Amino acid sequence: MATTEVERRRGQLAALSIAAVVIIVGVPLWWRTTETYRAWLPVSQIKEFATLQLLLSVDVEVVFSRGTVSPEQQKKVPMTQTQDEEHRVDENTALKYRYEIRYRTATIMEEDALKQPTASDADLSLHALSENPCGSLVVYVIPESSSLLSEDVDVYIGQKRTAILRLGAQMRVGRTLEQLLAHLEPRIKKILHMMSFSHTDITAALSDRVRLAPGNRENIVDSMRAFKSSPGYEITFSLLNPDPKSHRLHWDIESAVETYVQPLLTKLAPIANFSIDSQTLYYAMLGVNPRFDISRSSYTLNAESLAHVINPVEARLGSNAASSNPVLNFLLYVPDALHSPLHILDRKKQAVHSNAFHSPRWGGIMVYNVNDVYGPEAVLPVDININMAKVMGVFLAQLRLLLGVQSSSPPPGFVVASCSSTGLADWELDRLMWSRSVENVATATTTITSLAQLLDQIGNIVINDNIAEQVSSAVTSLQLAVAELEAGNLGFALQYSKEAILASERAFFDPSLLHLLYFPDDQKFAIYIPLFLPMCVPILLSLIKIASDARQKRREKQAKKD
Amino acid sequence: MAAHRCGFLPPLFILCALSVLTVTWTQETIPLGSHRAAAADSKPTDTKSVAQTTEQLAVEQRQWEATEVEEATSAAAAVSKQDNSSPEDVVQTSTPKPKDEFQEELVVRPLHSGDIYASFQFRTLWQTDFTRERKVSHYGLFPKSLGQVISKFSVRELHISFTQGYWRTMQWGQPFLSSPPGAELWVWFQDTVTDVDGTWKELANVLSGIFCASLNFIDSTNTVQPTASFKPLGIGNVTDHRFLRYATLPREIVCTENLTPWKKLLPCGTKAGLAVLLKSEKLFHSSFYSQAVHIRPVCQDWQCKTASWELRQTLNVVFDLHNSGQGKREWSLFKMFSRTLTEACPLASTSKIYIDVTDNPEGEQFELSPATALLSQAVVLGDRRTFSVYDLTQQITFGTVRSLNVLMRWKSSEGDMLRPLLHAERYVAGYGLQTGEIHTLMYNNHPYRSFPVLLLDSVPWYLRMYIHTLTVTSKGKDNKPSYIHYQPSKDRVRPHLLEMLVQLPPNSVTEVTVEFERALLKWTEYTPDPNHGFYVGSSVISSLVPSLVALDTNSTWQRPLFSTFFPCKEESSYFVRVYTEPLLVNLPTPDFSMPYNVICLTCTVVAVGYGSLYNLLTRTFQIEEPSPGLAKRLANIIRRMRGVPPL
Repeated sequence: MATTEVERRRGQLAALSIAAVVIIVGVPLWWRTTETYRAWLPVSQIKEFATLQLLLSVDVEVVFSRGTVSPEQQKKVPMTQTQDEEHRVDENTALKYRYEIRYRTATIMEEDALKQPTASDADLSLHALSENPCGSLVVYVIPESSSLLSEDVDVYIGQKRTAILRLGAQMRVGRTLEQLLAHLEPRIKKILHMMSFSHTDITAALSDRVRLAPGNRENIVDSMRAFKSSPGYEITFSLLNPDPKSHRLHWDIESAVETYVQPLLTKLAPIANFSIDSQTLYYAMLGVNPRFDISRSSYTLNAESLAHVINPVEARLGSNAASSNPVLNFLLYVPDALHSPLHILDRKKQAVHSNAFHSPRWGGIMVYNVNDVYGPEAVLPVDININMAKVMGVFLAQLRLLLGVQSSSPPPGFVVASCSSTGLADWELDRLMWSRSVENVATATTTITSLAQLLDQIGNIVINDNIAEQVSSAVTSLQLAVAELEAGNLGFALQYSKEAILASERAFFDPSLLHLLYFPDDQKFAIYIPLFLPMCVPILLSLIKIASDARQKRREKQAKKD
Repeated sequence: MAAHRCGFLPPLFILCALSVLTVTWTQETIPLGSHRAAAADSKPTDTKSVAQTTEQLAVEQRQWEATEVEEATSAAAAVSKQDNSSPEDVVQTSTPKPKDEFQEELVVRPLHSGDIYASFQFRTLWQTDFTRERKVSHYGLFPKSLGQVISKFSVRELHISFTQGYWRTMQWGQPFLSSPPGAELWVWFQDTVTDVDGTWKELANVLSGIFCASLNFIDSTNTVQPTASFKPLGIGNVTDHRFLRYATLPREIVCTENLTPWKKLLPCGTKAGLAVLLKSEKLFHSSFYSQAVHIRPVCQDWQCKTASWELRQTLNVVFDLHNSGQGKREWSLFKMFSRTLTEACPLASTSKIYIDVTDNPEGEQFELSPATALLSQAVVLGDRRTFSVYDLTQQITFGTVRSLNVLMRWKSSEGDMLRPLLHAERYVAGYGLQTGEIHTLMYNNHPYRSFPVLLLDSVPWYLRMYIHTLTVTSKGKDNKPSYIHYQPSKDRVRPHLLEMLVQLPPNSVTEVTVEFERALLKWTEYTPDPNHGFYVGSSVISSLVPSLVALDTNSTWQRPLFSTFFPCKEESSYFVRVYTEPLLVNLPTPDFSMPYNVICLTCTVVAVGYGSLYNLLTRTFQIEEPSPGLAKRLANIIRRMRGVPPL
């Protein structure tokens, strides 16, 4: 009897020690060897971006010229004034605009400049005096009696970052300073919305982050027209010649690009890199057969059919093999001799004056009729020189629309200076930079948060060091961009936001995250079961037996005691 | 609003003015004489209505909008001050010198086997200064996609070919341009490229997209840098082979999806000219099909002061008309391509069809209709050939029916072919799955002259070549190569490269043998159909073969395209490149359900061993009384029945 008891004891000990070895050595060993490498990510900082609070601040300088404030009022003019405006876009995104308004009186030289006969001259000479940093504004307040602006004009917006504001008639004399400032405030706000950003622009830029209410359709359509923010764009001009047998077309695209497009793109250089190329495509047909209109004695294309025009052409345009930036296509279509002239009709069946149309986020097409430059007796093929000034005028207008350089129409009483040879005023560039920075920040935050979510969900995906590096650099750039927006340094904000977007996209589209380097859990367990089941069942059974034995023994002892 | 802006501009931009305000202003100021013209020119439109329609359209998701021009006109107009003196469109009186040039050509050669060999060549010349770094690039006839590739990857020369089928040299003679089965790509980079391998990989990926081919499978394991075999064919004397990369994909299957992007590169597409004949269902119903793109810099003129890019697109196809023609030997363009020709590509400077009539000097072999008086002689591949020429740029070629359908009807089927002077073949010998031997046979059929050939062999790493077993024998004697370049492979990194210069004695067969061992791959490295075998690319044999007739070395300008591809410097020999068959080698192939079986089996073994050990360790043992024997048990049963106590 005693020997069996010893045997039993030994068996129990052996089972316990095997179980201990399995738990202490086996499980950690298995855990270590099947572990995936996951580099550290700044998860807490990424989580902060889930709720985005953007503060945009603009520096505005208000300069009072002689005759607008009395000398005693001059002394009482506050140095600075900060106005905040808060908007809640949705539960996770909040916007705050801060206008830092500084007041001062005009210097003698500025007074001289404001005495010029016309507003544009005054504007020019004011620029010569000072240079304003990117994103800031100067508003010159002139007395009501000034002859600088014509009768019905209140505000003149210059080519650079200045505006000239005329006091209203009710502000003639003897008003207190408070009244004057209160009178000025809404008008300065209006100028700001025109020259730097308006709330609708910024919410449109946030479209990547925020689902807009259906009521805002108008804005969505406006924002959908322009290309998404991207570090670079490819601009392709294509000359479509469906009839090389009758027309031999020559376009001097090289010099046209040099004269018309390049100045605008040089100005836009802080926004993105642009590369331009051009090509000539022969036998490129439109997808729709134009209909002959007897009343107009010309062929016509309806607005409804325009959507089908491009498809066959697009197959031949070819994507850019050498880069992955979005492509802006500008097509110049010269209809063949049998289908000329060709006119585009709008919804009201009116011929479109420019004979051109554009497609959002794709490009533009212009139809260029050449039938009237040669007579019926001409020897085919006819050599035709294309008037590039006419063509480029249309293409530039389309380019501005597609890049999002589209100013909302000025409110009544505003006059906008004609833009200089670059085709883009400084404040227009600022406007674009504001919305592009906000758009970049919005896109980068969504990318980085969704990447963090994905990595969190799939537990056995490998996170390499380079991805962690990209993510952290994206997070740092994002924080810097937000901080620069708060400080009002627009140029730096755009720069950092571009870096953020690049780093976040690189991390998100890294091929190592897409690789099937890992198996789903169910397949893994299918492989483990043949090993684990026969090993674990005896251990578990003997552990259960030991436990029940021990309980029985205790119960017997209890019975004995009783 | 835009009108306001324009109003301030100088008065010179009136000609391109498009806005209402500007037009009215023009009418006021222009003197009476020109008033009418200006008024006729201006069609005042309601800018507001355009704007409104724009808004209406804007409601749709993907909308097509009429463009308002007024916005930017001011900018455009401001700049257009300088050139507004020129009238709108000018019908030019003098044609400017074209910057680009396009030529097309089709050669048809009846083969002695009864097949028909048709070879298309399209040549685009692009006169541009490509060494200059430019951001803006403008393309005319040259395809933009390839131009961008050249400038982005700093390519100096690019040769790519896709071939379906194997060219049977012994039956068909020498092709104008040979290519190995599958895909072949070789590229010379500019010497400004620093990371050649990275650029090469990226270039292969981009080309893979352009040509819809699996060129993205080109990586370091199938890329070699030949030292002598592939010299640049264009101008330039950089021969540092660090900038050369060569790769073949013998497995590549070529079909219509490769032809369509190739056709897109032609300026006329398939709408006009010879390319009309390129119908894929006919082209791929053939014994041999090969398409290629060659880009290289060439001289612009005699003096060769400036260079221009040459893009040569070639397409070679061999039709087996003899079998499909129910015994009748006749062919026509319509029979081959199911199309006829009606016009030349209007952009082409020359557009010709050449038909090889060398064997038919008096018309006793076959009859050609419509007959053409134009005959041309050219020296191709060391042989003087005579061709009937149809010039498509001449309207008279098409005759009264306005379509050209060249027809050839055979009278007799005699005649023998000149045996090609150089010819090669290759096979794998040996048995079992461990070792083997590659045999390469090179034939010199020249009766009395020996010539040297360059042999290039690129063998994947999983065939481990034993280079010490390399033997070269001709006519039973050891033939020592005068130059051997051998680069051993590295597992999973790079292939073997063997290059050697061998002198082939006259009228002989030279045999090169080398032994190899088959490596065992990792189970993820096998192709989806591993039992099909693994391809080893063709050997390349390049040689200057003695010519039978003297070559004309100086004037390459007026000669037909097919005879001008390889630059020739000597009169007495011509350059030939011969490809052998690709090899198909079986590697030891495991059963691919094996990993799971192995896991299950080992787990079971482990579990059984562990189970018995566990049992031994944890069971308690006690001595049991041995059970009584059978006799005793029976006795006990009987005793119980009798009522007697058991034993």
